Amino acid sequence: MTIHHHPSDALLLDYASGALGEAWSLAVATHLAFCPSCRAMVGQLESIGAGMLDNVDLAPLSDKTFEAVMSRLETGTIEPAQPAPLAPVKPSANGLPQPLRRYAENARGEIAWQRLGLGASQCLLSTGDDGVTARLLRIPAGKPVPEHTHGGLELTLVLSGAFSDQLGRYQAGDFQEADEGLEHQPHAESGADCICLAVTDAPLRFKSLAARIAQPFLGI
Amino acid sequence: MTGKPNEQQPAAGRTMDALLMAVSESKDKDAFQELYRYYAPRLKSFLLGQGAGSHMAEEVVQETMVKVWRKASLFDPAKASASTWIFTIGRNLRIDMLRKASRPEPDFDDPAFVPDPEPLASDAIFREQQDRLLMAAVNELPETQSEILKLSFFQERTHGQIAEQLGLPLGTVKSRIRLALSKLRSEIGEN
Repeated sequence: MTIHHHPSDALLLDYASGALGEAWSLAVATHLAFCPSCRAMVGQLESIGAGMLDNVDLAPLSDKTFEAVMSRLETGTIEPAQPAPLAPVKPSANGLPQPLRRYAENARGEIAWQRLGLGASQCLLSTGDDGVTARLLRIPAGKPVPEHTHGGLELTLVLSGAFSDQLGRYQAGDFQEADEGLEHQPHAESGADCICLAVTDAPLRFKSLAARIAQPFLGI
Repeated sequence: MTGKPNEQQPAAGRTMDALLMAVSESKDKDAFQELYRYYAPRLKSFLLGQGAGSHMAEEVVQETMVKVWRKASLFDPAKASASTWIFTIGRNLRIDMLRKASRPEPDFDDPAFVPDPEPLASDAIFREQQDRLLMAAVNELPETQSEILKLSFFQERTHGQIAEQLGLPLGTVKSRIRLALSKLRSEIGEN
């Protein structure tokens, strides 16, 4: 699998430092499951964070904390070097990688799709981030998403199928970071439905009046 | 070696990696105490910089160090240094305990996980060399770029928050990060 579109360095840095919120991190972490080169970069950034930890000024601790730590060493479980083999992990029937699968599939391994009209469907994902919406979107093969601009940031990760817009062609593992102001009309390729993870912090602004009227009903 | 930790003293002789290996292989409490002396005051300082109060910072340090002891057997010096490994444990506990949030991460055991195309060079010497090159490159970054990396890690700010704090356009902060990281990539021979 060759990935052509990656998260920006700024987003990888936010993920490595730990500053990035859960919903945005879900998109970055799921991209990392597809992308060895971004994983390597996050590893390098963690080493930079560690280098800063090595060079920070020291803040003395109370003796109590040291004693509490030492007294806890004998209690609790120690994790074995080779974790006991778990039951083999079954692949997701929906082809979703972790950590997304945990957010998107119910206990029976299904995705609870809601119809949006025009043949598209969505599944809203619950995260701890207020004001940020994470959802799976299924765009029917060959169909467009209405042309829209963004009030804020939209991250899109393709999970299966492919879409194209003014910025290029996006297939499984590809990541799009759409800033405020980008106007685009993604179009799912024919052949297979395009399933994406989309994370947004503001409603999309549709260009056509018909799409704007339909928006409240579509729930986008 | 018993008694109160001396926060100022770096480990004499053994490297942090060797100390953590001693904890990993033989539950060496003296080695663990040296790790505590080195990392606990640094972790606390980091947490204070990120806005934790002193009491809460010590709670997170306590959990981090206990986790270092319990998970030590999972430490692999070919993959990351002791500092990097402990940094990530501290970061994740900070997100968990201070922000009460979870941190989504990829799962290496997941059948859908795409493995590295060729095994990464898997020895600790190569990894140490990479880390040295990386830190040397970080030290040579222009102040405008290294400032952003520092705010990111020391204060746990997103690039958007850093742009606000410095009064810079978002695009400027993003392009400084991009310049910094492409410099680092070229220094360690990646593209």
